[in-house]
Amino acid sequence: MAISTSLKQPSTGLAGRISTYLYTRPRMLLLLLLVPPLLWLGIIYLGSLFSLLLQSFFQLDDFTGRVVMQPTIDNYLRLFSWTNASIIGRTAGMAAIVTLIAAAIAFPLAYYMARYAGSRMKALFYVAVMLPLWSNYLVRVYAWKLILAKEGAIHWVVNHIGLGDVLDWILTLPVVEGSSLSTSYIGTTITFVYIWLPYMILPIQAALERVPRSLIEASSDLGAKPGETFRKVILPLSIPGVAAGSIFTFSLTLGDYIIPQMIGSSRPFIGQAVYQFQGTSGDIPMAAAFAMVPIAIMAVYLAVAKRFGAFDAL
Amino acid sequence: MPSDRSSAKAGFGLTSAAWFGVLFLNLPILFIILYGFTTDDKSYSFPPPGLTTQWFAVTFARDDFWEALWLSVRVALFSMAIAMVLGTCAAAAMYRFRFFGKESVTLLILLPIALPGIVTGISLRAAFALGEVPFTFWTIVLGHATFCIVVVYNNVIARLRRSSPALVEASMDLGANSFQTFRHVILPNLATALLAGGMLAFALSFDEIIVTTFTAGQQRTLPLWMLNELIRPHQRPVTNVAAIIVMAITFLPIIGAYFLTRDTQDVAGSGK
Repeated sequence: MAISTSLKQPSTGLAGRISTYLYTRPRMLLLLLLVPPLLWLGIIYLGSLFSLLLQSFFQLDDFTGRVVMQPTIDNYLRLFSWTNASIIGRTAGMAAIVTLIAAAIAFPLAYYMARYAGSRMKALFYVAVMLPLWSNYLVRVYAWKLILAKEGAIHWVVNHIGLGDVLDWILTLPVVEGSSLSTSYIGTTITFVYIWLPYMILPIQAALERVPRSLIEASSDLGAKPGETFRKVILPLSIPGVAAGSIFTFSLTLGDYIIPQMIGSSRPFIGQAVYQFQGTSGDIPMAAAFAMVPIAIMAVYLAVAKRFGAFDAL
Repeated sequence: MPSDRSSAKAGFGLTSAAWFGVLFLNLPILFIILYGFTTDDKSYSFPPPGLTTQWFAVTFARDDFWEALWLSVRVALFSMAIAMVLGTCAAAAMYRFRFFGKESVTLLILLPIALPGIVTGISLRAAFALGEVPFTFWTIVLGHATFCIVVVYNNVIARLRRSSPALVEASMDLGANSFQTFRHVILPNLATALLAGGMLAFALSFDEIIVTTFTAGQQRTLPLWMLNELIRPHQRPVTNVAAIIVMAITFLPIIGAYFLTRDTQDVAGSGK
């Protein structure tokens, strides 16, 4: 049987035998591929998350400074104190505002990039978006400290065009209040938007790129004006991209502790609370309980975002 | 390039909104560079009272700067290597197979970047505290590799989805075994995506500070060194000089990653 020998030929040698073995047992190949990453993420990541959950039910003994391994929900009850609840509310509110502003700035940029920019222009835009994203995070925050400071560029420009009084008046408004932009909520918001903006632009741009050109042509062939095509075809198809981007802007704002520490009023955010409980007071259990808040918020957020198709646009 | 892109003109409003975004994103970077040359080392005065290049010499003379830089490079290289292996395995498995719990695995891979960095950080910190693990170079790598996996995974699976399964079948039909097919067909197809993912993972790790604060102990990566520098009231431009150097180092991989992954819409054999 000439045919059978020629079929068997590739299977000689060790590599061939392993290859045939795996080919006939795809489940084995799946296991080989999947087990290393799953072990890593399962043990290191999920394992740590679990230990975090565990720690959140322990308590720090104030006298000995040691962690008492006796389950209690005291840490969670402490989250509802006025101070802690306002930290949570402030952070979630900031995350929502930052997400909205970022979407408003990102959409036109992404739309221009996806629909109108030629190949050279698109490369330029891409670099313009990626460069800040991958430049040092800390330094970009620091750049805004330079720009927003009382003696910095924005105050200098505003004073030179004679609007110094207007800016001073804005800075006396309730909620905003601060002696300069770099010590007010306006400064914090601008910096957050700036830092997370590329995370919003990229998924929206990707979603817009995926809108088939034929759909847009069909829409205009059927008599829709450009505005109508935008509202009824392009916008709905870009929603998954916006939802995907908002996961990042929302989540990253919830957990950041460097920006509010460097720029803004001294009122703390969740990240700072976690950092301080862990670092200054060595209270890992309370820090753990506090860290559960962004996890819980993100769980809800991810569930909602999934409904908008965010996971397909990541 | 499709011809209808140039024929359609964007309105003035859209164009200016797009350019506003670009300027907003990039002007602050110019400020970083500008303040690296200022003669004022105590406040943030604008415009700078004078310009000087002395801060480069000051920074280069600092041993702690070089130590931090070298630590960051090593951490990033190890994290990148681990992420490339694990990310590619995961992408191959997720692309080729359907299995029970596949959605949960996707979620698990995405989770380290979907949850705030501080959660990853404090979780690892809590785990190290429970297991009484001492902080070392490897605790930093452990944290970094975890959130780098997804970057490689995303790049590789995107490429796999775009390449044609017919190529693999053809290779097997022509008598190549799985390893030969992997070596001669799949790998050349994946190479640029893999490299791009690795470069982005490197840049991500090189820049990370939030998770690192919780996993570093006494060691100082470059971002941690910078955070410490920022709090010092003197020699502020040193931080800017360090920042300029970091940007120069990370700029190349990013540009590289872009050129490696663009123009791959039409992978050989994808036209069915």
